[in-house]
Amino acid sequence: MDHLVTARTMFGMTMGFHIIFATIGVGLPLMMLFSELLYQKTKDLDYVIMAKRWTKTFGILLGVGIPTGTIAGLQLSLLWPGFMKVIGEVMALPFQIEIYAFFIEALFMSIYVYAAERIRPWARILSLILVAIGALASAILITNVHAFEGTPQGFRIEDGKIVDVHPWKAFFNPTFFVSAGHVALSAYTTGAFVVASVSAFKMFKNSVGSRVYQFHQKALTLSLVVGAIFSLLTALNGHTSAQKLYEYQPEKLAAAEGLFETQSRAPLAIGGFTDKESKEIIGAIEIPWALSFLADNNFDTVVTGLNDFPEEYWPPLYIHTLFNGMVGIGSFLIVLSFGALIWKKLRKLDTFPKFLKWIFIISGPLAIASIEMGWIFACTGRQPWTIYRILSTEDSVTTSENLTVLFYLFLLIYIILGISVSLVLIYYFKKNPVQQDIDAAKEKDIPLFGSNS
Amino acid sequence: MNDSLLAISVLWGFIFIYAIMGTMDFGAGFWSMIYINKEKTRATNIANRYLSPTWEVTNTFIVAIVVAVYSMFPKAAYTLGTVLLIPGSAILLLLAIRSAFLVFSNIAVDYRKPLTYISGISGLLIPGILLSVLPITHGGFVHFSDGKQTLDLVGLFSSGNEYAFFGFALFSTLFLSSLLLADYSNVSKEKEAYSIYRRDAIILGPIALLMAILVMVTLKQDAFWIYEKMIEDTFYLFLSLFLFLLGGIALFLPSRKHPGTKGMPRFAVVCITIQYFVASYVYGKAHLPYIVYPDVTIYSSFTSPSSFHAIFSSYIAGFIILFPGFYLFWNLFMHDKKYLQERKAKK
Repeated sequence: MDHLVTARTMFGMTMGFHIIFATIGVGLPLMMLFSELLYQKTKDLDYVIMAKRWTKTFGILLGVGIPTGTIAGLQLSLLWPGFMKVIGEVMALPFQIEIYAFFIEALFMSIYVYAAERIRPWARILSLILVAIGALASAILITNVHAFEGTPQGFRIEDGKIVDVHPWKAFFNPTFFVSAGHVALSAYTTGAFVVASVSAFKMFKNSVGSRVYQFHQKALTLSLVVGAIFSLLTALNGHTSAQKLYEYQPEKLAAAEGLFETQSRAPLAIGGFTDKESKEIIGAIEIPWALSFLADNNFDTVVTGLNDFPEEYWPPLYIHTLFNGMVGIGSFLIVLSFGALIWKKLRKLDTFPKFLKWIFIISGPLAIASIEMGWIFACTGRQPWTIYRILSTEDSVTTSENLTVLFYLFLLIYIILGISVSLVLIYYFKKNPVQQDIDAAKEKDIPLFGSNS
Repeated sequence: MNDSLLAISVLWGFIFIYAIMGTMDFGAGFWSMIYINKEKTRATNIANRYLSPTWEVTNTFIVAIVVAVYSMFPKAAYTLGTVLLIPGSAILLLLAIRSAFLVFSNIAVDYRKPLTYISGISGLLIPGILLSVLPITHGGFVHFSDGKQTLDLVGLFSSGNEYAFFGFALFSTLFLSSLLLADYSNVSKEKEAYSIYRRDAIILGPIALLMAILVMVTLKQDAFWIYEKMIEDTFYLFLSLFLFLLGGIALFLPSRKHPGTKGMPRFAVVCITIQYFVASYVYGKAHLPYIVYPDVTIYSSFTSPSSFHAIFSSYIAGFIILFPGFYLFWNLFMHDKKYLQERKAKK
């Protein structure tokens, strides 16, 4: 592989692996918080048990999420020194503030888990809120850097020197809020559907109506409600995200939609493949006028096609498929969650029908796949730039050689971590079944959180 | 004090905090592995009780250091990022294994032993490689040619100085952590664990000192410029030695608070921490103004003033926000008798 491709693959691999843990790490604390609050409201011990079990999951996932996040943060400097030289000078604030978010999350996570029985209930909920805020803030701040890469501002480059630096202007770059919102909302969606997956799976494993079955049904319902709300919000925000692309990175939107000809009343292409040779999209379903309307809420809006950009500025054309995949899954999750909840309510069912449970099981992996596609779309769609129209990826990469060996070493480590974390999760929940927690919770004196560290 | 100097002092402060916390962290992981078969002494238990709530907080400091480097000295970050690709990646790989298996060992209790071994050993190697960054910054192994910088790995690993630093990191980690754990077990009223860690500290202290002397001797050959400047601060070097001896004596004196126990571990911890502070001050001062000798200085690599001011205000704001959190954390895990003695009461 050539040097640049190796570096990109290596960093992409790190991010692709880390993002699974990071996304669930943002989504799960919110679920924990909801269940703790529901317990305070209903005094139903099942919700405390849920919070405890999710906390355990969260703690185990942190064991991979934190070191891979550390790798991501340091690999930025090791693989992309040219990029970090500019970022360090202009865009250091979000990284800096992110450190405080990490500290808040780490401090209060330990307090929530290891001091659970020594502090008052309100203090525990406050700790959990701070954990959730810390996790959310770190996601928002790192997305801020990503947003800056697409819509840089707050500095100029003169004769290869960075001048006129306004760090806060760079911080509040035009796509910060909408991109950060997208990441946060989609993380909450993913957290909810991952819980839905596990709950639905467990419902198959237990006889209908049993105590444990009811426990998982409560978790499933909670996760579907949360999932419905946040998947809808993600879509609304995603619409604004696309409009920002139209405004700031038109070639990315054109490539995402496979649009070559600049036109008003541009059609929205769903599915199909973008062909570089014939400069058209093949096998797509086209909805007339829809793209123009999506881009600017107006059918007459002129959307610039790829032909109007020099070919060396084109992002890779496969991002059309990634974009479709992300939007497709997102829309499916909205329909699934709302549909299932309404269906159950209208038909006054005690539980969800079997075929729906099967779909719930795959909803979590689908949500994660959507996150992956979204990130790959967002980052490869910015190519050939690391900082849009200012710094190319080629000029960012390290001059040190021998990346291939390192690539395989990191790949090996991720395989080891991926397998071992799955085994540990399976081991732990086999060893500590729900029934055991239900029994433990009834006996007031046994500390639930400390009962099996 | 000008901005560059202020910035490097902040960075040095972070590095010092991480050195102490990281030492404690990796050391505790190692000790919990060593004493895993001696369940009765509870030495492993003490190490874990410290480690479980703190490792995430400690880990954040290493990220904080890296962020501080590239936000305050972006051009130095460019050079460091380029030449540290191999050692940096090695640290990351070990760190990933170490942290993950540390968490796993607390969850998968049936497999605790093999998991603890993996995390304990990989953890002990990390300080060694971390400190290998120092001889690299001394410049002898970095080639600057037509704007390209490369690290001479073969040269680095055939230099005595590198091994002296490696050994110094290793034994300092073991020495400091055993000393701190001695104090921690003393506060937790674990007599047997205390006597074990006190013994370890007494054995390891002189070895760590020997390693420090070895660092100086090899430094004279490999990086004379820094050796020369360090020797100028004779007073502080002797102060550091004096504090080391004072800390050592404190381990033999009878305790006033706990009659019948030998040693004043808290006093020894304070002495030794100040000793490392003084010694690293001498080293850091001699290193100035270079970040990577001789091409990168704190002045040539400094960020733009407006960025520095924004970052510095964020430090102040961050400190104000985080201080209560750290205080609470300290109270709950380092000070609270309920936590420190809890598990004993349960048994």
